Amino acid sequence: MAINVRVMKRPQREMSYVRAAMKGMVLTFKHMFQPKVTMQYPEERSTADERGVYTISNRWRGTHRMMADEQGRSKCVACGLCPQICPANCIKLVPGEDEEGNRYPLIYEIDEFRCVFCGYCQEVCPEEAIHVGVHFENSEYSRDRFVYDLERLTAQTHPVSTLWDPADPKGQ
Amino acid sequence: MNPELKGFLLLSVLKMLVVFTVVMVGVALLTLMERKVSAWMQNRRGPNRVGYAGLLQPVADGVKNFAKEETFPAEANPVLFLLAPAMAFIPALLLSAVIPWAAPLQVDLDRSFWLIGHVTYHGRLVMAVADLPVGFLFVLAISSLGVYGIALAGWASNSKYSLLGGLRASAQMVSYEVAMGISLVPVLLLTGNATFSEVIHAQQQGLWFVLPLTLSFFIFLVAGLAETNRLPFDLPEAESELIAGYHTEYSAMKFSMFPIAEYANMVTVSAMTATLFFGGWDWFGRWDESGTLLVTLLTGAGMFLKTFFFLFLIMWIRWTLPRFRYDQLMALGWKFLIPLALAYVMVVCFVLWVLETIAGGMSVVGKQLVLFGVSAVLCYVVFFILDRGAILSGSYHRRADATARS
Repeated sequence: MAINVRVMKRPQREMSYVRAAMKGMVLTFKHMFQPKVTMQYPEERSTADERGVYTISNRWRGTHRMMADEQGRSKCVACGLCPQICPANCIKLVPGEDEEGNRYPLIYEIDEFRCVFCGYCQEVCPEEAIHVGVHFENSEYSRDRFVYDLERLTAQTHPVSTLWDPADPKGQ
Repeated sequence: MNPELKGFLLLSVLKMLVVFTVVMVGVALLTLMERKVSAWMQNRRGPNRVGYAGLLQPVADGVKNFAKEETFPAEANPVLFLLAPAMAFIPALLLSAVIPWAAPLQVDLDRSFWLIGHVTYHGRLVMAVADLPVGFLFVLAISSLGVYGIALAGWASNSKYSLLGGLRASAQMVSYEVAMGISLVPVLLLTGNATFSEVIHAQQQGLWFVLPLTLSFFIFLVAGLAETNRLPFDLPEAESELIAGYHTEYSAMKFSMFPIAEYANMVTVSAMTATLFFGGWDWFGRWDESGTLLVTLLTGAGMFLKTFFFLFLIMWIRWTLPRFRYDQLMALGWKFLIPLALAYVMVVCFVLWVLETIAGGMSVVGKQLVLFGVSAVLCYVVFFILDRGAILSGSYHRRADATARS
């Protein structure tokens, strides 16, 4: 037996194990008839808005989405802030410049495997171009499909995260 | 071979096939039921993808278990390692042979069959594969053989977790075997016979034995839970401390044998509880007099319902109560259940003797009602007065008291 273990003196006279066990049995029996909480996933899906029973928070930080302007080009100006701030170093950006001096990304790739979904890229982006999305269904058949290039990021349509707002810490 | 022997053999083989099939399919469905009940008690839905409402889940599990790779520990004892699952499984199935599942059926068979020849059978056909004269003594004997399978599985795996699980299982099952056996002595006292059908017969003439022998019923139920290694006594497999105990090293169908044995044991314990304390296949009154097929089917349904209730109770207990500590388990078995069962035997003997002496002409029901009164008082004392810090706490409290006093 262990040495120096202080054995607590329990209120023996007040506790009845049989009664406690019966209370537990009644509790579990009641639980059998309570509504089920399981989401039947492929048929029922969680949504970012209030339409369904299961909603994801609009502050959810999932896979990225690149916003586009009216002409369908990405809003990114290749300023280099997002690869700079990225703690996981998962953004690859090669800037380019057209004849009018507008900067644009030649290569913009995010490795979703390395990404830690901190949302700093969205926070730091001066053009509100890169966003983390309210989205989690990311299955692919091969690993290399998880490096999202610019075209794919722009093509995403899921809603984007609102991130945490210090003025409204509880998201109300 | 004369036609009578042929008739007996033919009907026995039929009974065997039916009981075997029902028990095996029942065991398969019990695994599903266990998962469903556990899910419902945790506000989940449980398996519902395979087949309608998940009814084919056991089939999927079976296919998976057959297709899985058989792992074989390098240091294991090959013979015992292969033998152990079978040794756990066979006693569990053997037990279903002696339990009468329905009222006896009047059979008048006198005709010729293809390949078999002329077959006759006249008389009541007992709806147990073998209605042994030694009845539930056989069950106690065979169920204690189940410990070999588990202990050997633990030993042959040559792994420390398995060994510890096997040791725990053997200690636990041997301990509770005693309490279980003694708790059945009052049943013997009231029946005067160990045959299952005689026990049912005795209950038809009086009350169900759960009333006069309430305490015996509770002791039997607790010991039965411990014998089948079900929670709150599943110390042998205690996944939080022993990985999976005695079946840690097993995989595929060899592993699957252990749960099958466990569920088959559950069926036996439930059926035994129903038979010994809840009137067996009998509904209220005497149903077996006519011996028609309808009565047999109805009483079979009655037996099914009673067994099903106890199966559900066992699962219900499993998903409610946490696991015992090992010293608590041993303390409960040796320091509480065995003395209590012994004392109860003495009480029942004494009451029966007193009734015999002062009120010899009393009816069976009257005697049993007196016994019920005594048992009810005893139950109240045991469950609501004695249990306060005295039953389950084991050695823990006594030491605390000793420290406090000194």
